[in-house]
Amino acid sequence: MASQASYPEDLLYHRDHDWARIEGDLATFGITWHAQDSLGEVVFFEPPAVGTTVTQDQPYTEVESVKAVSDVIAPLSGEVVEVNEELGKAPEAINDDPYGAGWMVKVRIADPDQAQALLERDAYVALIS
Amino acid sequence: MPRALSAPLFETPLHAEHVELGARMGRFAGWDMPIRYGDGQIAEHLAVRSTAGAFDVSHMGQIETSGPQAAELLAHLCSNDIAAMSIGAAQYGLLLNEDGGVLDDVINYRLEADRFLTVTNAANHARDLDWFRSHQGGFDAEVIDRAGDYAMIAIQGPLAREIVQAVASAPLPERMTIGRRTINGADALVAATGYTGEDGVEILLAPGDAPAVWNVLVRRGAKPAGLAARDTLRTEACYHLYGNDLSVDRGPIEAGLGWACRAGDAYIGSAAVERDRANPPEERLVPFVIVGGGAARPGDLPIGGGVVTSGTFSPSLDQGIGLVYLPRATAVAETEFEIDVRGKIRTARVEKRPLLKV
Repeated sequence: MASQASYPEDLLYHRDHDWARIEGDLATFGITWHAQDSLGEVVFFEPPAVGTTVTQDQPYTEVESVKAVSDVIAPLSGEVVEVNEELGKAPEAINDDPYGAGWMVKVRIADPDQAQALLERDAYVALIS
Repeated sequence: MPRALSAPLFETPLHAEHVELGARMGRFAGWDMPIRYGDGQIAEHLAVRSTAGAFDVSHMGQIETSGPQAAELLAHLCSNDIAAMSIGAAQYGLLLNEDGGVLDDVINYRLEADRFLTVTNAANHARDLDWFRSHQGGFDAEVIDRAGDYAMIAIQGPLAREIVQAVASAPLPERMTIGRRTINGADALVAATGYTGEDGVEILLAPGDAPAVWNVLVRRGAKPAGLAARDTLRTEACYHLYGNDLSVDRGPIEAGLGWACRAGDAYIGSAAVERDRANPPEERLVPFVIVGGGAARPGDLPIGGGVVTSGTFSPSLDQGIGLVYLPRATAVAETEFEIDVRGKIRTARVEKRPLLKV
């Protein structure tokens, strides 16, 4: 497991421990270092189907560790345009590289203004410390 | 993340060792216990299956029963055949209430002809002790709370004996027996028992001696393993967990523990056990695997009745496994059934126990 906590500056954070990387009208979603550390080793991940609509603050999939299963919350609303199929075979990437190989879905953003409800890095770090 | 206000937690004599090792600590039965260490629970689990793991199980309780009628008192309280225990024997048994509901599952050790040690579950220890004391009247026997007198370290896995033997004063006891040894110079009771399905020992020793013994065994190759790995290991071995698979609302027969209940009517709850033996309850606890991905969790409901009481992902089998109470017609090995896992219907298959043969 990635042993050092990290929270990149270029992401926006949802208080339920999810992140969004916004690039134009697309956003990539995943879960934070804190979330994967709380879960323990992830052993199973089923992405939603491409074309699914996700809603800000609502669960869009589940992530399963040895210990428990948890909802994954959408930081923004939108339509899923790509999913990380690699996680089906190697869900441990969610632990090893939560902001890189552990990304979960890419969505076409429905409403850019929703980003204002998300937290900058420092506010998120304050929330979890 | 909100922090719940809670009563102060008990700490074992090895608490500082866990913190030093970087354990993620968590609350269990009122104790602050190591859930997992830095390499993660899968690595800990696999170490126990391939080499050896070290568990701090000092949260477990101990009750000593001694005196001329110690065996008679224990036989009155426990379902299994206490009279058949030779000196040094270990035996699994159940404490039942009058209705045959399970109060606790315990290991009894016969230390001397008239002295027994009962190892209890942490969450049940106080209730067990009250239960012993409220029934000791009429027996020439003493009941002593020993929970504060022992730390307990379990070394489990194919290399466990070798690791402990290297610092032991004499050959270790045979499987399912207990004996007094010195371990790394410390006086200890060494029991060849465990909760992982592997060979190994459980070492009971004075709290003050525990850190040095723990550290020497870890240095010799027993990998510190937390409660998370302990749970996946015991589930693969199909050992019951009190509070999940056993409760006052379930009896031994439906839990598949008829083998731990001696015949006859001489212990508390035995009438209910014999009634269930003659006329089996509607449900029976059986092991299962999930066919395909995902895992069922405790509380998930099979379609057609019953309830999952243990459910996790198996690091050894690489699939979802667990224990489930099912209607008797379905609770037959090889039978497939469906479980509603948080709204998704997953296929499961009843297996024979144990789920993992070691």
